[in-house]
Amino acid sequence: MRKNDWILAGCILLAAAALMVFCLQRSRQGGTVVVSVNGEIYGSYSLSDDRTVQINNSNRLIIENKTAKMEWADCPDQVCVRHREISRDGESIICLPNQVVVTVQSEESPELDGIAQ
Amino acid sequence: MKINKVAVFGVFTALALIFSYIELLIPFEFGIPGAKLGLANLVIILVLYKTDWKEALLLSVVRIILSGFIFGSLSGILYSLSGGLISLAVMALLKRTDKFSVIGVSMAGGVSHNMGQLFVAMLAVNTYAVSYYLPVLIIAGLITGTLIGIAAREILKRTTALMLR
Repeated sequence: MRKNDWILAGCILLAAAALMVFCLQRSRQGGTVVVSVNGEIYGSYSLSDDRTVQINNSNRLIIENKTAKMEWADCPDQVCVRHREISRDGESIICLPNQVVVTVQSEESPELDGIAQ
Repeated sequence: MKINKVAVFGVFTALALIFSYIELLIPFEFGIPGAKLGLANLVIILVLYKTDWKEALLLSVVRIILSGFIFGSLSGILYSLSGGLISLAVMALLKRTDKFSVIGVSMAGGVSHNMGQLFVAMLAVNTYAVSYYLPVLIIAGLITGTLIGIAAREILKRTTALMLR
């Protein structure tokens, strides 16, 4: 392998890393928070509107600065309260005792299917 | 084409087709959906180094159309063609600069192949949502391209007596 090969590989890796950072930052934008209790959808809320969501008097979710955070839960373990705030597509907070699942979804649903083999 | 060239070209076409088939039987995935090793590209690189880009181009197109009709679908042919043509163009240009070894050339080929396919996919589904996948595909192309490049280097080292020009 020549020196130029290593430089090329480095440049490609750098470009990929830059793109990855760019995409992660972009995926932060927008999106909705979907709350489901016991497998049924309780409600969906936009990440861009700051609000507090009371979930069945058992959990309280706060949406602020385009992130969502579980502020309070009546369960003993408090795992969901200690979970860091979520904002990116696919991230979720789960409160197992109350069967509350909070997921971030992108506004547009993915359109990819298995055309390319 | 001279007669012996036609024969050699046929052998390489058969080899590339067999590699396509092997890849279908044993998918070399790296936990990345859609990522392939691109064994057929090994033959393309060998032809590119042993003859010239024109024959590599002809072989690439023939290989893609044949394997598309045998194993794939029409949309599969279009995706393969977009990736194959872009990667061959990049590889031929890099080879011409004479600044890279076969591994570097193959690396660039793998990466540009995946990028070309993704751009066509973006045009086809008319969305930029797939662009999230670009960094993953670039890394995958880098890995597969390097592996194919190493194989090509070893084969070229051992076939110096084989003159096809």
